[in-house]
Amino acid sequence: MFRRESSIPLRGSAASLCNNLSVLPLPARNLTHFGVVRGASAQLLSAAPEGVPLAQRQLFAKQGAGVSPAFITQVHWCTLPFRVLVVLTSFKGIQMYEADGSVMVYWHALNSGEASPAPAMFARGIAASGQFICVGTWSGRVLVFDIPVKGPNIVLCEELTGHQAPITDIATEPTQAQDCVADMVTADDSGLLCIWRSGPEFKLLTSIPGFGVPCPSVRLWQGIVAAGYGNGKVHLYEASTGSLQVQISAHARAISALDLAPELLSAAEDTFVHLWKLSRNTESGGIEVEHCHGECVPDTQVCGARFCDPAGSSFAVTGYDLAEILRFRSV
Amino acid sequence: MSVRTLPLLFLNLGGEMLYILDQRLRAQNIPADKARKVLNDIISTMFNRKFMEELFKPQEMYSKKALRTVYDRLAHASIMRLNQASMDKLYDLMTMAFKYQVLLCPRPKDMLLVTFNHLDAIKDFIQDSPTILNQVDETFRLLTEVYGSLPAGEFQVIRQTLLLFFQDLHIRVSIFLKDKVQNSNGRFVLPVSGPVPWGTDVPGLIRMFNNKGQEVRTAQFKHGGDYVTASREGSFELYGDRVLKLGTNMYSVNRPVETHMSGASKNLASRTEENVAPNPLAKEELNLLARLMGGMEIQKGSGPEPGFRLNLFTTDEEEEQAALTRPEEFSYEVINIQATQDQQRNQELTRIMGEFAITDQPQGSTSKGDDLLTMMDEL
Repeated sequence: MFRRESSIPLRGSAASLCNNLSVLPLPARNLTHFGVVRGASAQLLSAAPEGVPLAQRQLFAKQGAGVSPAFITQVHWCTLPFRVLVVLTSFKGIQMYEADGSVMVYWHALNSGEASPAPAMFARGIAASGQFICVGTWSGRVLVFDIPVKGPNIVLCEELTGHQAPITDIATEPTQAQDCVADMVTADDSGLLCIWRSGPEFKLLTSIPGFGVPCPSVRLWQGIVAAGYGNGKVHLYEASTGSLQVQISAHARAISALDLAPELLSAAEDTFVHLWKLSRNTESGGIEVEHCHGECVPDTQVCGARFCDPAGSSFAVTGYDLAEILRFRSV
Repeated sequence: MSVRTLPLLFLNLGGEMLYILDQRLRAQNIPADKARKVLNDIISTMFNRKFMEELFKPQEMYSKKALRTVYDRLAHASIMRLNQASMDKLYDLMTMAFKYQVLLCPRPKDMLLVTFNHLDAIKDFIQDSPTILNQVDETFRLLTEVYGSLPAGEFQVIRQTLLLFFQDLHIRVSIFLKDKVQNSNGRFVLPVSGPVPWGTDVPGLIRMFNNKGQEVRTAQFKHGGDYVTASREGSFELYGDRVLKLGTNMYSVNRPVETHMSGASKNLASRTEENVAPNPLAKEELNLLARLMGGMEIQKGSGPEPGFRLNLFTTDEEEEQAALTRPEEFSYEVINIQATQDQQRNQELTRIMGEFAITDQPQGSTSKGDDLLTMMDEL
């Protein structure tokens, strides 16, 4: 059972984007950092355990070339071995900041590259993998940035090909389990999923074809890929083989966010947030799923949802036009 | 954002504008032939070939100011006049209606069906004018060409772009409040019942498979809503049952439509975010606007057609009151094209603006009441 806790007010409402909430728990400092995209700006804030906001900062999308306004597609806290960076992706490029958002350490402008004009150029999908930060683009390419221990000397070291459609989300394995080879998943607007092994050079291990529906949100945890689709379905796949293990008709609208950390959290534009318990069948080794909690956020199209602690005992939710972060804690 | 958003925004807002004008023309008992002329003139201007060609070019979204300017001109494309307060209210109603439609679209692609609903209704308004009908059909063709095979992901970006445009807008509309479509805090009601989108299953089923891909177990769960399967998909053809009701005319003669400004959007910060647009942007927009309006051919009236004023409020006093009490943060700034520095562009814009010349009000009385009476005498 989960109980609603006090909300954290935001300076502005959340934009209708997918994966529009990033959470960085800092248990050692008794703080939690949150990041929400509003449109042309993103709001970073830190809160105490009771939800009291302590500090906040607004980051703006860099204008870049051209005169059209830049809008942000995603904000994400990236935890690397020796530092934490905040990454913003927009319709102009990629911005990286120090953890408190005070200094921009890197700017990468998108360029069209190919001859034909794209309907829209943008970067979308952010994840940290070891010392690398991977960012997706509208062309399907995933840019890999090598991040030094400190300082602004960030280098674009690789461009991964595997997708033809715009990238929607990237997920990396938070803990490196011994027998886990696959540690990154990328998803795109066609529903295609690519499973990678990171390293000095990234290697494509396997891919899971789409079925004509976008996959806006993807998570990876202990060898399980969780993918949410535009038709409200959530699929669980075995990362090593790419085989479908579970199919849930979870929502009545497109999935907007997923999180996975022992439990699976799914959120969609149908105003619902659901929690699912995952377990392994000891006989077959297959994954089993059981619904454990559902929450309706009345009249709100949920656009972001994340667990706030590694044990999954609390989670936070954002919604389009909503100027607060809703919080829930298990009882 | 997506460079394919503007046509959908323009056509749907235009459609809502026509619904509201049609309702007010009938409510105010404007003679049928005058009313028909107004609608015909506006529709003919909206669907003008050159204008449509400009509109459908891949381009960035306009700012709210720029878009409002276009509708100002469009509303005055005929013999009808609107005071500032009425134009403001008209625009409020248009934007809230389309925001509602975009928000409630089951699938992003259904925005095209909403657009088709508007066009279907527009064709009803002008069914006795084959030339204009042709123009509308031509626009159908353009829409199908541009959006017909757009992937779902791109429709989603278009939808997100539109929702960004409408973010933080919570003007309460009486017809929405009465129909329980909007809450008293200005937020729309999102139903958790009814048909699921085409292509989506009713939530509730969990299927589990083994490594050979065989289904080994199923389970049910209670999802909290009350959904049913979709009966059929709406038609994307030139003629057909759209199935979706969003975008159809919800106004009828006897339903007065009011808007409430107080307590709507508390976020002044939302306006500040838009006002930091740098100068180069304004210049670029003026260029786009000039090209767009250059394509708008205004029908020159044959003979001295006397104009009339349409009131979006029930009485003139209400209209005056609304103008006086409209909160600062809701004033729509219309682009002042004369403000541009560039001499050459100024000349060209002045020429284009000249084509929008508004016929002078009849001179004479000093008091507003008398002006109105004089005008009514001429109807």
